[in-house]
Amino acid sequence: MIRFESVTKRFANGTTAVDDLSVEFLEGGITVLVGSSGCGKTTTLRMINRLVDPTSGTVSLGGRDVRELPAAQLRRGIGYVIQQAGLFPHRTVLDNIATVPTLLGWGRRKARARAAELLEVVGLAAESGKRYPHQLSGGQQQRVGVARALAADPPVLLMDEPFGAVDPVVRTLLQDELIRLQAELHKTIVFVTHDIDEAVRLGDRIAVFRTGGHMVQFAPPAELLARPADDFVAGFLGAERGLKLLSLISLQNVPYEPIAAVKTTDTAAQARAEATGRWLLAVSPDGKPAGWLDVDALDGSDAIGQAALTPVRGLTDSDSLLSALNETVSSPTGMAVRVDAAGVLVGASRDDVVHAHQRSLA
Amino acid sequence: MIIEWGWLTTHTDDLLALTLDHLATAVPAVLLGLLIALPLAVVAHRVRPLRGLLLGISNIMFTVPSLALFVLLLPITGLTRTTAIAGLTVYTLVVLLRNTVEGLDSVPAKVREASLAMGTGRLGTLLKVEFPLALPVIMAGVRVASVMTISLVSVASYIGYGGIGQLFTDGFQRSFPTPVLAGVVLTLLLALAADAVLVLVQWLCTPWMRKGARA
Ligand SMILES: Nc1ncnc2c1ncn2[C@@H]1O[C@H](COP(=O)(O)OP(=O)(O)O)[C@@H](O)[C@H]1O
Ligand SMILES: [Mg+2]
Repeated sequence: MIRFESVTKRFANGTTAVDDLSVEFLEGGITVLVGSSGCGKTTTLRMINRLVDPTSGTVSLGGRDVRELPAAQLRRGIGYVIQQAGLFPHRTVLDNIATVPTLLGWGRRKARARAAELLEVVGLAAESGKRYPHQLSGGQQQRVGVARALAADPPVLLMDEPFGAVDPVVRTLLQDELIRLQAELHKTIVFVTHDIDEAVRLGDRIAVFRTGGHMVQFAPPAELLARPADDFVAGFLGAERGLKLLSLISLQNVPYEPIAAVKTTDTAAQARAEATGRWLLAVSPDGKPAGWLDVDALDGSDAIGQAALTPVRGLTDSDSLLSALNETVSSPTGMAVRVDAAGVLVGASRDDVVHAHQRSLA
Repeated sequence: MIIEWGWLTTHTDDLLALTLDHLATAVPAVLLGLLIALPLAVVAHRVRPLRGLLLGISNIMFTVPSLALFVLLLPITGLTRTTAIAGLTVYTLVVLLRNTVEGLDSVPAKVREASLAMGTGRLGTLLKVEFPLALPVIMAGVRVASVMTISLVSVASYIGYGGIGQLFTDGFQRSFPTPVLAGVVLTLLLALAADAVLVLVQWLCTPWMRKGARA
C-alpha cells in the first residue's frame, strides 16, 4: 500500500537522513518505525505526505507516486498525528477536529457534527468540544490529535511519537485505545516511536532503523524478537527480549483442566469439605475468580466472603504466556486461573503445563 | 493665570475639528504602515538572509529627521496630506515590522507543520493560523505605533497638516499658552483613547486568550 523504492533523503547541510530505503508497508495494519533518536524515522514518515521530498527514489501510495497529486490534496487524504498533538491553540477542540472536513468543503454544520461524533469515538466528553486545547490535559490533547486525524476518515494515518509526551499510565491507556480503534477501523497506520515496548505492543510489522537512515530489519514483532537480524537489533531489543516475546504469545493453545472452587457466599464448613489441600479457589456468586482461600486459616462457620483472600487474576485466551508465567509464580498453588471472555472461571493451567508450552516454542 | 478658560469655551468647535483632522492623518498612516509591514514581515520571516536587511533599512529610516523626510517627499507628493501620511508611515514601519516578524517567529513550528500536514496551503496557513497566533505580538506593535504616530502628527504642522499640532504653532507665535496646553492634553487623551480601542479590538479578536478561557 505504501511503497518506498530506493528512497534516499539528503538534507542541504549534507546529513543523510534516509539511505536507500526500499520497503512496502502493510495495508490495513500498523507498521512501526523504531530506532534511536536521529535515525531517520520522522523523515521517512514525512516523505509519505510530502512534508519532505526525497532526494532520489519514489514513494507511492496505493500504487500511485505521491508526487502525482498536489501536496495539499494528498495530505487531506492522510491523517497526521504528532507529539504534543500540534493542536491549533486558537481554535476550539471541535474546530480543531473539523479542520480537514472544513477544508474538503463539507460545510460548517456537517463538519462540526462529524467532529462531535469523533469526540465520542476517542473517549472525550461532549463538553470538551467547546474548550481550547490548553484547557485539556496532555492525554486529552493527544486524543483530540487522533480525532482530528480521523475526521475525514482517511485510509492512511501517520503518527510521529504521538504518545511520547504523556506519562506511562496514560500512554498505556492511549495505546490500548489505538488497538481498540484499529480493530474497528482497519486503517493503514505508520507509527514512529523510539520505545521498543511500544513498537512490540502496537506493531503488526516493525521496521528497525539505525543511525544514518538504514533500515536494518523489517519483520513481525514475534519474528523480530525471536530472530534479530544482527547484534545491533538484538542490542536494541534489550536483555529482556525473551520476556517480550512471551508477552506476544497468547494462551489460546495452552491447555487447562477443571478446578474445584467455592463461592464466596458458601460457609467455612463447605470450603473444608471441598478442599483437597491448603488452598482453594473462591469465586464470586457470578462465577468470577475472587481469590485463593487459605483453608487452614478458616475458623468458625461464617461465609467465606469474610476471610482474607490472596489475589488472583483470571486470564483469557488472548492474554499472554508472560502473564500466565507470572500467575504461576505469584499464585500459592502455581496455577494460572483461566476465564472466558466474560471473566467467568473455566479452569486452570498447572505451572508444568505452562512451562512445557513455553519450551515447546523454543 | 496661565489658562484662559474662556478661550477654550469659545473654541470647542475648532478643537473638535483639529482632533478629527489629527485622526485623518494618524489613522491612515498606521493602516498604511500595517499594509506595508505585514507582507514585508512575511518575507523577512521566511527568507532568512533578507531579515537583517529589511529590519536594518526600517531602522535607518527611523533615524531620518522628520523635517528632512517631509522635504524629501515634497517633490513627489507636494504640500498635501499624503505627504504627512507617507512621512509618518515611514516611522511606524520600524516597530510594525519588528513586531510582526517576532509574532510570526512565536508561532510554534509544530502548529505550522500540523496546518500544512492537514492539507491547508501556505497562504491559508499564514492567514488562518500564523497571523491569528501572531496577533498579540503584532497588536503590541500596533499600539506602540499608534501612540507614537498620534504624538508625531504635530510635526506635520510644517506642511499644514499637523492636526492638533496647529495649536502649538498658534500658541507659540502669539506667546499664548492656553492652546498649547489644550493641545498637549488633547494629544494625550487621543493617544489613551486609541490605545483603549486597540486593547478592545485585540480582546475581541483573541477569544482563546481570555481569562475565562484559561485553564
Ligand atoms: N530539515 C533538516 N535539515 C537538516 N537535517 C535534518 C533535517 N531534519 C532532520 N535532519 C537530520 O536528519 C537526521 C534524521 O532526522 P529524523 O528523521 O528527524 O530522525 P528521527 O525521527 O529518527 O529522530 C538527523 O540527523 C537530523 O538531525
Ligand atoms: Mg523524530
